[in-house]
Amino acid sequence: MMRWLLLLLGGALLGGVVHLATIMILPRTATHDAYARISPIAPVNTVVALPAPTPDRELMPFMDPAFADAVCRYDLSKGPLKLTVPVSLAYTSVSFYTRYDVAFYAINDRAAGRRTVDLDLMTAEQHNDMPEEEDVTAADRLIVESPTTTGLIVIRALATEPGLMPLTRNTLAGAQCRPVPPSQASR
Amino acid sequence: MRLLFGSLFAFMVAALVGLGATYFALTRGAAFGALTLGSWTAFPKSGTIDADPYARASLARTGRLPTSLGDGVFFAAKTDDSGRVLDGRCDVVISGVTPAARFWTLTLYSPDGALIANSVNRYGFTSQEIVRRADGSFEIVVAPRAYPGNWLPTGGVDHYSLVLRLYDSAVGVSTKAGREAPMPAIKTTSCP
Repeated sequence: MMRWLLLLLGGALLGGVVHLATIMILPRTATHDAYARISPIAPVNTVVALPAPTPDRELMPFMDPAFADAVCRYDLSKGPLKLTVPVSLAYTSVSFYTRYDVAFYAINDRAAGRRTVDLDLMTAEQHNDMPEEEDVTAADRLIVESPTTTGLIVIRALATEPGLMPLTRNTLAGAQCRPVPPSQASR
Repeated sequence: MRLLFGSLFAFMVAALVGLGATYFALTRGAAFGALTLGSWTAFPKSGTIDADPYARASLARTGRLPTSLGDGVFFAAKTDDSGRVLDGRCDVVISGVTPAARFWTLTLYSPDGALIANSVNRYGFTSQEIVRRADGSFEIVVAPRAYPGNWLPTGGVDHYSLVLRLYDSAVGVSTKAGREAPMPAIKTTSCP
């Protein structure tokens, strides 16, 4: 009897380990996470408009229907990326997500304080490789470090009423993300 | 032989306990650092790089992208203020004010996060299109049949969730319940 109780206790303890392990591993094995849903429609290092959510079809659950969304699926393995987002009428935000859908940075139009949000996205390593003097001259440039080589940039613009949605989508169509050409990388 | 049966038993218990707990945690959407104001709950930390493993696993499973804390805060309500599950066949009134934010949106979703079809294609309101009283407070009627004023149709579904997103707001990880973050009240007024 005692023996079975001990086995039960041991099993339960081992179960705790199994539980923690599965929770930790899950994001890396998920085949239907946001990144996987977006990948088929979003070529690498290009801004693509996301289809507006409708009752029958939506790319991801809990998308805000008042917003026009665009996404840039980035890959920094070949070098840093430059992002330019024109600011729309009401509210524009740019959120950065790692390959595993963790939000690591976000900025909105007011924080950017200009008519466009301009920034450079790079890995910590690429940032360290930047020449010292450039860091100084680039003081007005916003540099964002990505913890992963790949991930998602989600650009969102609010249409304060449904009638403004076409205009908002139009403004968002001017957003660009493109790799910095190697010749310019050290300029 | 005894050792074999014994270890088999222990492994079975481990699998049952471990996978059961994982399933339970993910279907309940458990995460640490919940901020509950009235019937509204947010997980501000889930929208940061410090998101805990439970939040990460739950996001990966549902396929949702979290609202980044630098962008806004995502509050969800599944019940009214008296704890009653939100029912699309009832009339529910959302009234009061929201915490300070540059913009907010209120959206109605099915429990799994889909928009709900309705005759007027209205899925929510933004802070700019709402009709307000002189003191700035508002009242939104969530009901299956049309109402004058701010009417949010439910499409007559059994259950739904309300999501209030505050954009460019100071509400976040360090917010405590109380006066600094007044959330609108949710009341079921009549049920057929």
